Amino acid sequence: MADERADGASEGELEQNDGQQFGRLPETAAERTVEGRASREAVVDYFADRFGIPPETFDDYTFWEKGAGKIWIYGGDAPSPISIEAIGMTCLRTRQEHWKPTTDFVQRFGRHASDCVIDLEREEARRFAAGEDQDLEWWNGDWGYLIAAHEIAGEREPLGIGLYVHGELRSMVPKGRQRDL
Amino acid sequence: MEPLERYRPIIDDFEAFLAACERPLGNAVRVNTIKSSVERATAALEEEGAEYEQADWNPRVLRLETDSPGSTWTSFHGFTHGQEEVSAVPPVVLDPEPGERVWDCCAAPGGKATQLAALMDDRGTVVANDNNLGRISALRFNAERLGATSLAVTNDDARNYSLERFDFDEFDRTLVDAPCSCEGTIRKNPDALDNWSEGHISSVAGIQKGILRRAIQATREGGTVVYSTCTFAPEENEAVVQHALNREDCRVVDFDLGLEHSPGLTEWEDDSYDESLEQAARIYPHQNDTGGFFVAKLEVTA
Repeated sequence: MADERADGASEGELEQNDGQQFGRLPETAAERTVEGRASREAVVDYFADRFGIPPETFDDYTFWEKGAGKIWIYGGDAPSPISIEAIGMTCLRTRQEHWKPTTDFVQRFGRHASDCVIDLEREEARRFAAGEDQDLEWWNGDWGYLIAAHEIAGEREPLGIGLYVHGELRSMVPKGRQRDL
Repeated sequence: MEPLERYRPIIDDFEAFLAACERPLGNAVRVNTIKSSVERATAALEEEGAEYEQADWNPRVLRLETDSPGSTWTSFHGFTHGQEEVSAVPPVVLDPEPGERVWDCCAAPGGKATQLAALMDDRGTVVANDNNLGRISALRFNAERLGATSLAVTNDDARNYSLERFDFDEFDRTLVDAPCSCEGTIRKNPDALDNWSEGHISSVAGIQKGILRRAIQATREGGTVVYSTCTFAPEENEAVVQHALNREDCRVVDFDLGLEHSPGLTEWEDDSYDESLEQAARIYPHQNDTGGFFVAKLEVTA
């Protein structure tokens, strides 16, 4: 078959994503029934590959998609699909070239991360929380989405998601979450 | 303050009550244990020089000495959530356990729903419902900021709430923190009594009765329903519980509360209520220097 893909299902057999309801992510790409939907395996692998978050961190959670590529993480019971207002919390934006974790997810689960975490001094953290972009030439890790963190009460604590390109860290903290501290 | 005169016969030290109602309320926050231990949150507050006092009855409730409790690192990180001290009472009385299915039927803006999730170690299912779509955005914002992954948010009228959308057909516990005339918030909202009328109380009581009845029906036998309001009016408190006792299979049960309070009423004007209503709690502003609140705990008996 000309259009046979790695997941075994041809494009024509897959349903279109319904943006009005939550659908649970399939375990693997091979079990996919909705076109373009990320699998649980791909999401967990992404968090492990990019940030070093151990996959078992998510053993008790399910992942859901609503809208185009917006992924939610949930710890409770629910059938799929389900039409409600929210299920757990948004965690990741897929269906684009670079997947982008949410600031709220990073604050909740980022403590498990070991890679792509940029540790900020207090004044840098203050600017990050206020939503400001800043030049941080000293970073020699990966470019792209990073977990910004700082030390609070003697321990590292994630602040949110930042985008690092060309020596600059751009704060991705959503407007409503920005604070002047 | 005029409308509050009707409570002179039922409130001990009524002058102290009125004086407390005139005083503005201080800032309180609840430590969100989904994201931080009490020790870490208080250490973080100390690090940034914020003065606080821990509530005797609940170590997770802190009285903050600041004009802007939302502009602290603990708030940015979701370690703390601004929540009036008495508003932290109903989830503690409901006392949910990890893994249970819990319904918060009037949940926005989410302070109590996220507190329920925290009491359950964010494990289990908290269905946070509200009939007001506008307020649901505040609920969602707070749930995400506080990192509550066990919340499922719905937008419906609690009075005819359907569980068909879920794969379970009853809850273990339900919180009815009912919409009310809000007399007890006078210290926070000085205009709380501006539109006060007995007609308003009577119409809101009708809604409260409908919500509480549905809550009892949706909760399993042996399960718990907590009914609370932030108002003093017996028509919205004891009378609503009495209505539920008459119509549904339930009984009022006792609970421990580490805050000074008065017992629920068994008489008001021409009405009398079941003696078991003495086990409900009326929290008046002068008793603990808080807002006013009413809480009753019910057990579902069939």
